[in-house]
Amino acid sequence: MARTIIPFGPQHPVLPEPIHLKLVVEDEIVKEALPQLGYVHRGLEKLTEIRDFNQMIQIVERVCGICSKIHAMCFCQGVEEMMGIEVPERAKFLRVIWSELHRIHSHLLWLGLYADAFGFESVFMQFWRIREKIMDINEATAGNRVIVSVNVVGGTRADLSPEQCNWILQELDWVEKETKRLQAVMLDDYTVKKRTVGVGVLTREQAYALGAAGPTLRGSGVAQDMRQFKYAAFDKIDFAPVTAPDGDCYSRGKVRFLETLQSVDLVRQAISRMPQGEIATKFKGNPEGELVTRVEQPRGELLYYLKGNGTKFLERVRIRTPTFANIPPLLAMLPGCELADVPVIALSIDPCISCTER
Amino acid sequence: MAFMTGNVLRNLMGKYSTRLYPIEIRPAFEAYRGELYNEIEKCIFCQSCARKCPSQCISIDKEAGLWTCDPFACVYCGICVEACPVNCLHMKSTHRHVATEREMIEQKGTPPKPKKKAADGEAAAPAAEKKAKK
Repeated sequence: MARTIIPFGPQHPVLPEPIHLKLVVEDEIVKEALPQLGYVHRGLEKLTEIRDFNQMIQIVERVCGICSKIHAMCFCQGVEEMMGIEVPERAKFLRVIWSELHRIHSHLLWLGLYADAFGFESVFMQFWRIREKIMDINEATAGNRVIVSVNVVGGTRADLSPEQCNWILQELDWVEKETKRLQAVMLDDYTVKKRTVGVGVLTREQAYALGAAGPTLRGSGVAQDMRQFKYAAFDKIDFAPVTAPDGDCYSRGKVRFLETLQSVDLVRQAISRMPQGEIATKFKGNPEGELVTRVEQPRGELLYYLKGNGTKFLERVRIRTPTFANIPPLLAMLPGCELADVPVIALSIDPCISCTER
Repeated sequence: MAFMTGNVLRNLMGKYSTRLYPIEIRPAFEAYRGELYNEIEKCIFCQSCARKCPSQCISIDKEAGLWTCDPFACVYCGICVEACPVNCLHMKSTHRHVATEREMIEQKGTPPKPKKKAADGEAAAPAAEKKAKK
């Protein structure tokens, strides 16, 4: 059978963002996949030349439309380390609370899109219904649904009152209860397993060698998570990475589903252990030096390289997002699969293309 | 089957998950960062907001006492509200209404008189500026 090239994307019903894959197929079997990126490049890193490091926080938040808080946290951590600023304990816990809320809503969004990719639309709506509660929490506590804008260099801008903490805990109980009700569908359903088990297998060795990140890596059985490095307040929170052994789409879905429930628990821990006190440190001066700082995004390891030259404008900001790291593993998963499984596999790495191209 | 029956009954008896939007509107959260406005009587035209703004959407004409915000460039981060030394900037808890024309938020106030009389003999601030609040 002759080889045919079938274009997948940049416009495709399952893709929320534009990525183009050239699929080389024989019959219905994919033999090779070639990616093409660059549809949503915005040049955000270049803006560091005309915006000072305080204004850059609002810019790096816009790198990703889902985990904006975590980008800003990573950037602030880097600048604080360069300038030697000690962040108050309470601010560290607040950062953990909002970043875990972002992880919950990102995973719920992905679980919905994933269900939609294999044609289970009612589950898609159920997950997004639950997600709305998290968006309400963000809006009521931080002032906006997605771009919460709570980070500043030296701490956070917003605080949580005891009433707000109680309200968050109540809402999270509801979120946990409703998510657990969907566990039977997501993890045990016959039809769902038929579409996901054994599809797009990435072995443990492949995942490690190709530099996969986040749930894609943990779905192949490697217990690696940036939260193990105890940034922010994770040194005072009990945490162990969630893994699944098989490396197929089912495993990656399972990791994300269980991480959603784990994040609910992490928010509860953070609220119960949060001390009283200041939420931001005042500082003077400008960042100087260079460093690399890493945090765990919902999709994996996020890396910022920052270089300051003693002026208020940083010399260089380089962002490496987890989707960029997960594209080589995706290309390794696709050969050998059926053409009809490509949407599910492509979505199983949780592609965030706007992040990748910045 | 039993699992299905429970679900069906819950869906029939339970509350709706959505609202009938134009009829029923959720009350706004207090902390929501909505439309930006300036209490122009209090404004001293110090330009702190314009300097700190990440999207550079605020422009100030100190001589004329004109404060202008481009609502299409504004990212509603609230940095200006915190930067204001006289607390004259506020954010409403509702967002702007849909507009058919691109309009700037322009507010005109009285610029502060300079403390020292200019030694050159020329008055720096035109005293003729009248309070013309929009």
